[in-house]
Amino acid sequence: MPETGVAGATTPAANGTAALAVSGLRKEFGPLVAVDDVSFAIPEAGSLAIVGESGSGKTTIARMIVGLERPTQGTITACGNDRSRPARSTRDRRRRGREVQIVFQDPYTSLDPRQNAETTIDEVLRLHHGWPADRRRTRIAELTGLVGLDERQSRALPRALSGGQRQRIAIARALAAEPRVLILDESVAALDVSIQAQVLNLLADIRDETRVSFILISHDLAVVRQLTDEAIVLRRGKVVERGPTARVLDDPQHPYTRRLRVSVPRPGWKPRRGKLPAAGEENPTP
Amino acid sequence: MSEPTAAAEVTPAEAAPGAPLLDVDGLTVRLPIDGIHRPVLRDVSFSLRQGEAFGLVGESGSGKSMTARAIDRLLPAGAEVKGSIRFDGSDVSALTGAALRQYRGQVAMIFQDPRAHTNPVRRIGDFMTEALRTNLSVPAGQARARAVDMLGQVGIEDGERRLRQYPHQLSGGMLQRVMIAAALLTKPRLLLADEPTTALDVTTQAEVMAILDDLRREFGLTMLFITHDLELAAAICDRTAVMYAGQIVEIRRSSLLHDDPLHPYTAALAAARPDIAQTAHRLRAIPGRPLSAFEAPLDECAFAPRCPHAQDPCLAAVPGLTETGGGLSRCVRTQELRGKLQVATDA
Amino acid sequence: MSAAIGVAAPTTSRTGRAWAMLRATGPAGIASAIVIAVATFVAIFGTWLAPFDPITPNLSLSWVGPTGAHLLGYDFEGRDVLSRLIVGARTSMLGPLAVVIGSMIAGSLLAVAAAWRGGTLDAIISSGLDVLFAFPGILLAVLAAAVFGAGLTAAAIALSIAYMPYVARVLRGAALKERSQPYVAALEVQGASGPSICLRHVIPNIMPLIVAQATILFGYAMVDLAAISFLGLGVQPPEPNWGVMISENQVGIPQGYPLPALAACVCIVAVVIAFNVLGERLFEQAQAAPR
Repeated sequence: MPETGVAGATTPAANGTAALAVSGLRKEFGPLVAVDDVSFAIPEAGSLAIVGESGSGKTTIARMIVGLERPTQGTITACGNDRSRPARSTRDRRRRGREVQIVFQDPYTSLDPRQNAETTIDEVLRLHHGWPADRRRTRIAELTGLVGLDERQSRALPRALSGGQRQRIAIARALAAEPRVLILDESVAALDVSIQAQVLNLLADIRDETRVSFILISHDLAVVRQLTDEAIVLRRGKVVERGPTARVLDDPQHPYTRRLRVSVPRPGWKPRRGKLPAAGEENPTP
Repeated sequence: MSEPTAAAEVTPAEAAPGAPLLDVDGLTVRLPIDGIHRPVLRDVSFSLRQGEAFGLVGESGSGKSMTARAIDRLLPAGAEVKGSIRFDGSDVSALTGAALRQYRGQVAMIFQDPRAHTNPVRRIGDFMTEALRTNLSVPAGQARARAVDMLGQVGIEDGERRLRQYPHQLSGGMLQRVMIAAALLTKPRLLLADEPTTALDVTTQAEVMAILDDLRREFGLTMLFITHDLELAAAICDRTAVMYAGQIVEIRRSSLLHDDPLHPYTAALAAARPDIAQTAHRLRAIPGRPLSAFEAPLDECAFAPRCPHAQDPCLAAVPGLTETGGGLSRCVRTQELRGKLQVATDA
Repeated sequence: MSAAIGVAAPTTSRTGRAWAMLRATGPAGIASAIVIAVATFVAIFGTWLAPFDPITPNLSLSWVGPTGAHLLGYDFEGRDVLSRLIVGARTSMLGPLAVVIGSMIAGSLLAVAAAWRGGTLDAIISSGLDVLFAFPGILLAVLAAAVFGAGLTAAAIALSIAYMPYVARVLRGAALKERSQPYVAALEVQGASGPSICLRHVIPNIMPLIVAQATILFGYAMVDLAAISFLGLGVQPPEPNWGVMISENQVGIPQGYPLPALAACVCIVAVVIAFNVLGERLFEQAQAAPR
């Protein structure tokens, strides 16, 4: 089914000075095509949601953008610099680290268990800047304050902290590199509802203060609505719909988007058995 | 909305005629953590009528999974249990040997991660028919036939082929359907579902929820559905209990939970969730984080430190569960806050 | 229930953690640690502790039994057995130590490099190590003695090479697991270099396993080196060494003077058991460590 939706801010052609632009992105793992001809662009201080279920390719796209996977085809440009191929030098990799950063989903494995928040952030600061120790300490205090961690929490080891607190450290670590683009790969999915709300508010504040662009990868349509202006919907590696988030969610055009919308629990919702197999139901081996 | 109309709503206390199928009364559990016994469940009480779907909603540390484990006698070693759990009148904690096996045959449990609860080197067919063949002495051929039939009920058409497959050949959603089918094969009377759809995609979740709902009604099953998602519980459960810090803080008819909550925590939980239909400038987050029973203050309302409506009486003693407007609430200010806790639309 | 939230602040100091690890090994582990500590102390200060001359023979006292201060009697050349055991502790402990250090360093570096780079490098290293697996330690030591002459150095180097694949196999698995953690990916995205991530994050996080492996290996090295010295290919007489003492005094057993040989045997067995027990307990802890 061809892609539906109004060409808007995310269509590459419409955007001259994008913070991040992706064109014709494709990734094959052997015979499996995980990402198929995906293109989008994000303006400065913009926010894009990449919506999809398992097997949609959304995490693969994120990994390609940050350089953890190598695209089979296509181009990725961040802050005007091409990053479609792996970085050739450590200096190159560090520069890319200052352009795009990422916060992963699982707060329990995204921090080195032997380092507290201060050491974690300090390591990143030392990597990117040649600052003296007291300037670093000031910046660490600024960052931990920005993400809402108090002194005790900044000095504690991860295993003494809750999932929400660990995720705040991960956000602070990402921001320490002062990136133009921040990718949130299901970063609130593993958090309790009340903590999720706190972190979503925090992310909104960060966006207002630092003008960083967000890419939010999520299967949770309510979270997507809360945090993003634009959205693209992925199914089995292809973009099936794109447009302003509010329009995509209030008036979905593509049948898959409609199905997604209708499957979200809300007050008064009653589940019904559908005719099409759900996205996660196709078998690994037929 | 100020006067509860007793006649219009069924109070949880007056069950349908006949004794409840499951009656949990004053359940208090302490577990050894770091060598010291600490409370994880405090004075949990509720009853399930035959054929009822009952939701148990809570965040981390609320004790919802522990409650299910206590009912199924799956608590970790060293657990201290007080209070009673009665199934069909008999005390569950007193059962041993054959009686315990018989009880387990009547209570089926499905878990969040089906892969963690299946043996990867055994075929689906073996695992599904095992209980039938060993406990109920059903001949193998008949057991397989029943398994194929049940797979059809959960929407898996080519059952014969599936029985020969291994767990890794099925996707998460399919495997969870298989688990449901396996659980229902022994014709249990009580189904404990511990976050069965949390690990699934949202479209798969909708399918699986629909299957659970249909089959529950068809087989007349009593179901305890555990989740962190208030709306999910409301979708298929008649009544829902909300748990916080090892205690039940509210029991209410599900349809009223969102629009007319009795306890501030329930209202806060519903308000903290982003709305798919509109963007709020900021979400109404609850300050602090959800506590386990052993972290919460023991001689006052456990939610008081985070509650926007807390006053002196809340800090004086642990509030009891009181009946209000057709539900139960563990808040001393329930009457005066009624109607003011409602989830308001954001400006 | 697994992530304990602020129930007890975990100690971050290195010594604090080391003591906690030791205490967690239980009474058997602590007893073993004491035995090892005693053996180490004797190994270091042996020459000053020995009551009598361990080297000069006095054939008129051959095989004389325990009398007075000579608690274990005299050996086949009339030397005080106890003094020879005490002084012999040095080479008996030093040899295995050299083997452990050599094989652990080489094995760790290869394992981490293979785990980090994966692909071709991993294939080459793994195949090379597979070849080494085919050579038992003692065989390599005999070959080394044939080529370089008998002596502790050649034997220790040969054993280090022979033990390397065992170390690498265990550590490669742990390093692979560490490498696949999201925090390593986060550091890569930051632009940190491979070697710096391996040295500052991967290796420290598998350190409990490294310590456990080294401890277990010490016991094996001690047995192998004792055997090599027993065969006359390791430490050369008259240098005191427990393995050599078994060899020298074994003729006394059928003659009715078992004590010198047995005493040396008991020393080896006690220390090896201690290292094995402590090592196994540390290994269990390393596997079960919470994140």
